[in-house]
Amino acid sequence: MRYILKKAGVFILTLLVISAFVFFAFQIIPGDPTARMLGTQATQEKVEALREELGLTDPAILRYFHWLKGFVTGDYGISYSYNMPVKELLAGKLGITAALSLLSFSMILLISFPIGVLLARFAHSIPDRIFMIFNQIIMSIPPFFIGILFTYFFGLVLKFFTPGGFVDRTIDPAAFWGYLVFPALAIALPKSAMVIKLLRSSMLREMNEDYVRTAFSRGNSRWRVIRIHVLRNAIIPVVTFLAVTLVDIIAGSIIIEQVFSIPGIGRLLLSSIIGRDIPVVQTIIMIIAIIVITVNYLADVSYKYIDPRIRFR
Amino acid sequence: MRKTPNYSLIFGCALTALMVSVIVIGYFWTPFDPDTMSTSSKSMPPNSVHLLGTDNFGRDILSRIMEGAGTTLLIAFLAVSIGALVGTLIGGLTGYFGGHADEIIMRINDAVTAFPSILLALVVITITGNGKTNIIIVLGILFIPSFARVIRGEFVKQRNMDYVKNAKLMGVSNMRIIFVHILPNIATVLLSSIAIGFNNAVLAEASMSYLGVGVKPTESASLGRMLLDSQAYLFSAPWQALSAGFSISILILGFALISEGLGYRPTWRPAAKRRRKADA
Repeated sequence: MRYILKKAGVFILTLLVISAFVFFAFQIIPGDPTARMLGTQATQEKVEALREELGLTDPAILRYFHWLKGFVTGDYGISYSYNMPVKELLAGKLGITAALSLLSFSMILLISFPIGVLLARFAHSIPDRIFMIFNQIIMSIPPFFIGILFTYFFGLVLKFFTPGGFVDRTIDPAAFWGYLVFPALAIALPKSAMVIKLLRSSMLREMNEDYVRTAFSRGNSRWRVIRIHVLRNAIIPVVTFLAVTLVDIIAGSIIIEQVFSIPGIGRLLLSSIIGRDIPVVQTIIMIIAIIVITVNYLADVSYKYIDPRIRFR
Repeated sequence: MRKTPNYSLIFGCALTALMVSVIVIGYFWTPFDPDTMSTSSKSMPPNSVHLLGTDNFGRDILSRIMEGAGTTLLIAFLAVSIGALVGTLIGGLTGYFGGHADEIIMRINDAVTAFPSILLALVVITITGNGKTNIIIVLGILFIPSFARVIRGEFVKQRNMDYVKNAKLMGVSNMRIIFVHILPNIATVLLSSIAIGFNNAVLAEASMSYLGVGVKPTESASLGRMLLDSQAYLFSAPWQALSAGFSISILILGFALISEGLGYRPTWRPAAKRRRKADA
């Protein structure tokens, strides 16, 4: 319990440090947004008035606390480019990216565990070797190129889906999930290849342990030994990797949303970066930072429960 | 016992050598000028004159790939150099001396490596603007923590070995021990990290250029940008996207196989913390 509380303290402290970093990093950008927001109508008085309105005349430290307070209470500021609250811009988009990430994560689990276990069971056989070569190649294809290959073969040639034909969940849930299948698979394939490789090697390492020989000597079947004994121990490094993967998927979806024209937060982030729309960028980065830190925190805490050996060390 | 040849290393070196030779040739000679547009040869499929076809502006794709892969590899080389040099320095010093500085720097390292590097790169690019030089600096800095972590781990392992103790007893200076005695012993680890660094750098540069926040199209051709530009013509001229995409994949595969062959064992981020506690 003390461990969890201590970790929670570090967790909040990390968030504060990151929020400060996210805020002040964007303060060093030269120029201010007022000139661009007003466009050709920018007169000295109008610029001054808008600066006052946006609170740009306050000292940076005051603006930081103001921003932080806004962030905690759900007021994310006003987008420079769209002239509307960031909160409204984000509404709906977060759900799309979350759906894509979760779909992709489930695919990784569904693909990699059966294949990883099978390969470990039949390690060093001819099919295993051929598959591992294939696996290595998949790992090296960037997800966005897999996405483009999918768009070409499954979208344009085989017409399984219409590229760019994203449908919102509120209009047609089936079409929404249907459209997300290929983007999610594009993110999931290279990651699955990595998990397969890790799970296979982790299981092979465990199979050399004494307890496995003991289990065999007691008359257990091969599958039973794998299921009951080996997999349990082999899974620990994989769980660690899956936590990292979850974070990478969110980053990966930023790129994949671009490939498949999915209007999630990734696309918004990218267009805001190009348009220098700082309030939007700050908010999205902060949200992703919170997710990253939370996932790492949960992973850290969960080791203690997955593996008693870590608890007693 | 017969030793099995290191296939990963052999194939990795072969693929990388192939790409590097194409790039080096492209530096001196390309079949056509990569930037010359021609209305008479728009979007031609691969043929005997244009081996990989032409793009929607009539530019020869092979020539552009030769130039683009060069841009990608140059950025990767410089970024990895920055990361490896500074990372080795930091990792070596903190790993060898330990103490509070080590603890603090590794904490910062943990925080930075928890974030996907492409995301951090995007944030920094928002501030600095895109373009070749900025990407090299940004990626170079972002690679420092991963190098520092790997090298530090090796130094922690080596610092208590007998040969280091002997050297100390003989009055060898710490700097000499670090760079002359220990560093050569961890060369394989360093080389393998460099290979995986190239892998990540190529991927990061291609991703950023693909997103339109990487190399500016006015600077030079780049593989990621070619992929972005060709996506609109995916149906009518798929060879554009395919040749750019496969070039990126071959570059990455080559480096991945080399690091695999050199025995690279990835350090999974949270687990590294545990290990550090164990060796403290």
